[in-house]
Order: sequence, then C-alpha cells, then structure tokens
Amino acid sequence: MPCVRPDGTLSGSGRALLEAVQAEMTAVDAAKKIGMPLHLVRSGLREMIAAGLVREDGERFGQTEKGAATARPSGG
Amino acid sequence: MTVIEQVEARPGLPRLNEPAPAFEAVTTHGPLQLSDYEGSWLILFSHPADFTPVCTTEFMAFAEIYPELQKRGAELLGLSIDSVYSHIAWVRNIEEKAGVKIPFPVIADLDRKVATAYGMVMPGESKTETSRCVFLIDPKGILRAMIYYPLTTGRNMDEILRLVDALQTADANSVATPANWRPGDKVIVPAPNTTELAEERVDAGYECTDWYLCKKSL
Repeated sequence: MPCVRPDGTLSGSGRALLEAVQAEMTAVDAAKKIGMPLHLVRSGLREMIAAGLVREDGERFGQTEKGAATARPSGG
Repeated sequence: MTVIEQVEARPGLPRLNEPAPAFEAVTTHGPLQLSDYEGSWLILFSHPADFTPVCTTEFMAFAEIYPELQKRGAELLGLSIDSVYSHIAWVRNIEEKAGVKIPFPVIADLDRKVATAYGMVMPGESKTETSRCVFLIDPKGILRAMIYYPLTTGRNMDEILRLVDALQTADANSVATPANWRPGDKVIVPAPNTTELAEERVDAGYECTDWYLCKKSL
C-alpha cells in the first residue's frame, strides 16, 4: 500500500512500517514484524527513503531524524 | 509492409528460463517493481479490461486461490490497460456486489510498458486490450512458464496451482512431471544421456516403461 500520502503524511501501513524500523532491521524482518507482504514493505521503504524518513545501510533500514520525528505521536 | 516485415516489427515475447523483463508500475497497492518480489514466486497475469464479465469471474477465482498460492510462497499481480482509478472502482465493485475482496495488487498499465515487454497484447485479438496471459516468475526473477488464453475463455485456476506445484517439485527434486501430474503422483526421472547411465537404470529401482521413461515416488 502507498505509505506516504501526496500531502506527505503517512498512511496506516506507512506509520506501522516507519515504527517497525525504529530499530534498524532488514526488509524481511520488517515484513515479519508487521505482517505485511515483503513486496509491499520494499515498495514502502523505497517511498519513505525518497521522502527522507528512512535511511538504508546495506540491507538494513532505519529511521532518519525526520522519520523519528514523524513517528512520534505528535509528529503528524 | 510485407507479412515478413510485419512479423519482424512485432515486439518479441519474453523467453522461458531468461530473466523476466524488469518493470516499475503504478498499482492499486502503490508503485511496485519486479525486484520487490525477489525471493517469492510471482504470478503476473493480465486481463482484457475492468468491469467485463469473464475478467470478473477470473478475479474472484484468483482471489479464491490466493491463500493456496501464499502457502506456496507465491504472490499474484494483475494487469490491464486501465487506469488505477478504474481498477480501484472495479475491485470495490466486486467486493460490494459479490462479497469477494481482491487481496492482490493490479497494475494500471496505461502506457502499455509492461504489456509490451511481456507480449501481452495480441493485435489479432484486440489492439487495445491485453489477452489473458499468465507468467510464472521464480524467486530469482527467472521466467519459468507462460500461459496465453484468448479473450473468450476464462483461465483454469487448478492448472495455475498445478503448474506452481510442478515447477517447485521439479526444482526441489531435480525431476520432471508427467502429463496431468498432481502432487503425490510419481515423477519422471530425467532421461539418461549416456549408455552407461541407461544401463544403470535397470537396477535403480525405478518404475520403468523403457530406459528413457522411468518414474519414481518422492
């Protein structure tokens, strides 16, 4: 599912995925953690990297500062 | 243009046992790339158009076998030359009218890039619609099987499941599967390619019709 809405806010699945990568993990682990199909996790991570919310380090993904701020309850 | 020139001008079909054509596409589940499916089997299929009767029965049938495909590590991805808004309206309509939720994404291939790369449009049938094509792509992105059905004929879901089972069984056991094979049936041991191997067959304990046609249970 699209994780980042056109206005830059996160969809429900986007928020779940961003919260999942608070601790760095692989796409496979993120898919297991939130119960989302792997292909959608990969697509969602790509979207969030483009939005500056997630960073990629090899096969592992984690929140950027912007991502951490967005993931906080008041972060929008 | 001569017939030969017309044939040469046609976009080619993808080939078995070669990498499936890469794509990035707009879908009902967001943008997806072929590489997003790495590690899973992918069944990429096309239908002629949204809101058409045969396609609607097929979508409901694909949704019905989706849990079985997932058990086999396979994902479904639909495609037609329609907009994503048409796809969304159609899958919502199927759920509303028939009570069937469509759980897999559908590519909106308005620019026909994916349809062209996979040879899904058969101008002899329709110049504006994709035919009923099925492509089985393995976890390494290799195209392993193709099925083409005409516009008039809905696909057989049992055959798609059977094909997934057959390919996975062949890969896991280095065997082949005979006509009408079903999981649990005997499989074909690859034919020997030397006289020595042919002679060794005799004592190998296989069920042999002759040296070139031997079966075994898994």
